[in-house]
Amino acid sequence: MTGARIPLTLTVNGRRHELEAYPMARLLDVLRDDLGLTGTKEGCGEGECGACSVLMNGEVVNSCLVPAIQAQGAELRTIEGLAGDGEALSPLQAAFVACNGAQCGFCTPGMVMASVDLLARSPHPDEARIRTGLAGNICRCTGYGKIIDAVARAAAEERP
Amino acid sequence: MDGIGSSAPRREGREKLTGSARYVADQAWPGGIFGATVRSRCARGRITGIRFGPGIPWEEFTIVTAQDLRAAGWNNRVDFIERDQPFLAEGEIRHAEEPVLLLAHPDRYLLERARRAVTVAVEELPPVLDLDAALEAEILVGGKANLFKEILIERGDPDPVWASAAHVVSGEYRTGAQEQLYIETNGMCAQVDQGPDGPSLVVRGSLQCPYYIHKALAHLFQLPAERVRVVQMHTGGAFGGKEEYPSILAGHTALLAWKSGHPVTLVYDREEDMACTTKRHPSRSRLRTAFDAEGRLLAMESDFVLDAGAYTTLSPVVLSRGALHALGPYRCPQVRIHARAVATNTPPSGAFRGFGAPQSLFAMERHMDIAARRMGMDPVQLRRINLLRRGDRMATGQEVTEDLDLPGLMDRALADLDYQGRRAAHQRANAAGGPLRRGVGFSVFMHGCGFTGSGEKYLASVTGVETRADGRVRVLAAATEMGQGKETVFGQIAAEALGVPGELVELAAADTAVVPNSGPTVASRSTMVVGKLVQDAAVALRQLLVQRGFLAAEGATGAVAFRAAVARAHAEAGPLSCHAQYQQPEGLVWDELRYRGDAYPTFAWACYAAEVCVDTVTWEVKVEDFVARQEVGRVINPTLAAGQIEGGVAQGIGWGLWEQVVTDRGRMVNNQMTNYIVATAMDLPRIRVAFEERNPYALGPGGAKGLGELPMDGPAPALLNALQAALDLPELLEVPMTPERLLQAVQAAHDPGAPAPDRGGRP
Repeated sequence: MTGARIPLTLTVNGRRHELEAYPMARLLDVLRDDLGLTGTKEGCGEGECGACSVLMNGEVVNSCLVPAIQAQGAELRTIEGLAGDGEALSPLQAAFVACNGAQCGFCTPGMVMASVDLLARSPHPDEARIRTGLAGNICRCTGYGKIIDAVARAAAEERP
Repeated sequence: MDGIGSSAPRREGREKLTGSARYVADQAWPGGIFGATVRSRCARGRITGIRFGPGIPWEEFTIVTAQDLRAAGWNNRVDFIERDQPFLAEGEIRHAEEPVLLLAHPDRYLLERARRAVTVAVEELPPVLDLDAALEAEILVGGKANLFKEILIERGDPDPVWASAAHVVSGEYRTGAQEQLYIETNGMCAQVDQGPDGPSLVVRGSLQCPYYIHKALAHLFQLPAERVRVVQMHTGGAFGGKEEYPSILAGHTALLAWKSGHPVTLVYDREEDMACTTKRHPSRSRLRTAFDAEGRLLAMESDFVLDAGAYTTLSPVVLSRGALHALGPYRCPQVRIHARAVATNTPPSGAFRGFGAPQSLFAMERHMDIAARRMGMDPVQLRRINLLRRGDRMATGQEVTEDLDLPGLMDRALADLDYQGRRAAHQRANAAGGPLRRGVGFSVFMHGCGFTGSGEKYLASVTGVETRADGRVRVLAAATEMGQGKETVFGQIAAEALGVPGELVELAAADTAVVPNSGPTVASRSTMVVGKLVQDAAVALRQLLVQRGFLAAEGATGAVAFRAAVARAHAEAGPLSCHAQYQQPEGLVWDELRYRGDAYPTFAWACYAAEVCVDTVTWEVKVEDFVARQEVGRVINPTLAAGQIEGGVAQGIGWGLWEQVVTDRGRMVNNQMTNYIVATAMDLPRIRVAFEERNPYALGPGGAKGLGELPMDGPAPALLNALQAALDLPELLEVPMTPERLLQAVQAAHDPGAPAPDRGGRP
């Protein structure tokens, strides 16, 4: 990486961070290498697989395609922001465990963050809507059935 | 209880859902640096020099070439079936992407610039790029006359049958390479401790088979076994793709760690992983079958060829499994199966779920539908009269001893899909015209569980169960968790054997310093073979606790009492452990030279049925419904088992329709997720899974058979059979059947002079 580092301010999972980063460093690397948030994964590095999905200002993004400078001042949410050590899993995370929505687990953080985004936009999605909402996230283990079950279960439990 | 038959939740589920599960790229090592690989660009040639370009501070880099191995007296050959593949090319280049030189540096960005600044000068030689060229053997690239392995399976003699049979049907079928596309790429980290007693080596990473790597590293560095330690980290999918290649990658990281004195992490990016690591073997099957007037199968002949690539790797055993499945689940008195794995100047093919069986079964199950059409028979009826039953013999002479009801299994799967109703409805709708055509199709197939032939006898796998100070027991096995659910299932098996809740059982990490060699995590063997050994060891430990007076002999023990008893035993008698070793079952006989006898201890059986819709404007194929019904003995964990079947079906659908490896002069050119197309959630229907548990396997834990690979075998032929029905077109002989190939097949059927289908290679 060439050029000079710039000061970068981010709020990640509610915590403010001030650091220095190359302006074109990938947000994915800032999260993983500079902040140690390795829950976010790299699967392809070109925005196809969605393993690096995080929420930026409330919307899901592929963090491998976001340059650090674009995240200046942003509010970010990663998989680590859903349930801390020893805390109860969120209903969505618990549904993934109960339904076997995670197999190898590598697409899982991105899949869960995409699901958080989906449920925020569409709290009671039908199966077709879940499929559309997760179409940017590739899973090679499950064939998606159990992931869809998990999202549907979480949505049902969130109902009043 | 969390015993056999319960859908216990995944043991490592919480870690995977919170992002705390550590995969190799997630771990930072003190003083750690990064590694990279410089590879050949051409497919065949002789290295004439290596040039280091300007603008890079080369003195800061650790650089390893084949000369380093030579100077140290190390073995520059991977210790596998044959010792023919070098860790680093020396002189000869046999395939594109062959590793030539290794680099390490603390700065990843500079490392990548440096990798691009190295030029390997090669005097190019004409390459052999596909199996047809290899068989011509005008250019010899490897093996004896480009053959790595040749197998002949004969039962009776088909030759006298051809002239007298009512029907003889011939066909040629091809299947393409397939990328495993685990979402976590291959990666490894190595550390070398130059201690006072000599060096010792620790390698951690993403892998299926810790003891394969252990053996390869001990051979490479000529180290005694106790100085090499291999530890599996969380592994983000494998599907066979982390069976043999990790031995090479582990060697590379260890070489860099040895020379640099630092821990070295080497994780491939997606493009490198796709272009360089092993894939499913491309295949060609030429089949000839003879039937009597009623459709009874009288004779079958298969000429089965796999493209092994440039080195032997696992190709002999992939070929073996392919050949042993070539006849499919049919009764046939006269059989000849001639199988060859050929050498080409392409990156070596390797293990991928199914391991040769999907290739040969695709050919046979397509052939059966084509034969039915040729004879004017219903494909259901043609199968019904030929499917194996108890007492029948398979191609190797192996007798079907279980009370097998394949016609019933087929009928139930077809009923799940409403095959007959939909077939009639589609025929009416297709005849009415319009751009959409629908069809239903199915396949009937089996998958041999566990290693082929005497494989398990030679592996002689060992597991253990031991007491812990906190009153729990710990399972010791080298089987790896890669998403399939081994942790959970082994926990259930041990809990059932001990009669305790699952929480009293823990699973040791797959670390060669801790666990015995229970064999590789491959071949649909973990639950059936290793799980049985876990059960045996757990039963033995319980008996030992009784013998030593810590547990009562009679009656159930509550969880609290059991835990107290184990803790007391551990404190008073020291750690107690019991081990179990595989014993070849009585009566299981295999003749490796003649390919006669019991090829597998048992088989899983299945019928898969699909409904497809073809858009005749775009030739896009949509899978609208899919039924996967199988007999896998007792199901240990229904939810996890269904997940495995659904995922395998998704991979099988991809292989059948979309997943095309495109090459140019022996290099993969669509080595990105952008243009190597796998299913998203939008591309698949609900995969409707049904398990039949009518035939428990007496020697499996609780009656379980293996099931991991089975779902890869059936989808491709079922889909192409459905396409044949939709388009009334039998000339669909190849997978993946992409829209382009489908269009070409349709055009060729209307105009026999049209060009042959594109196989994805560019001349």
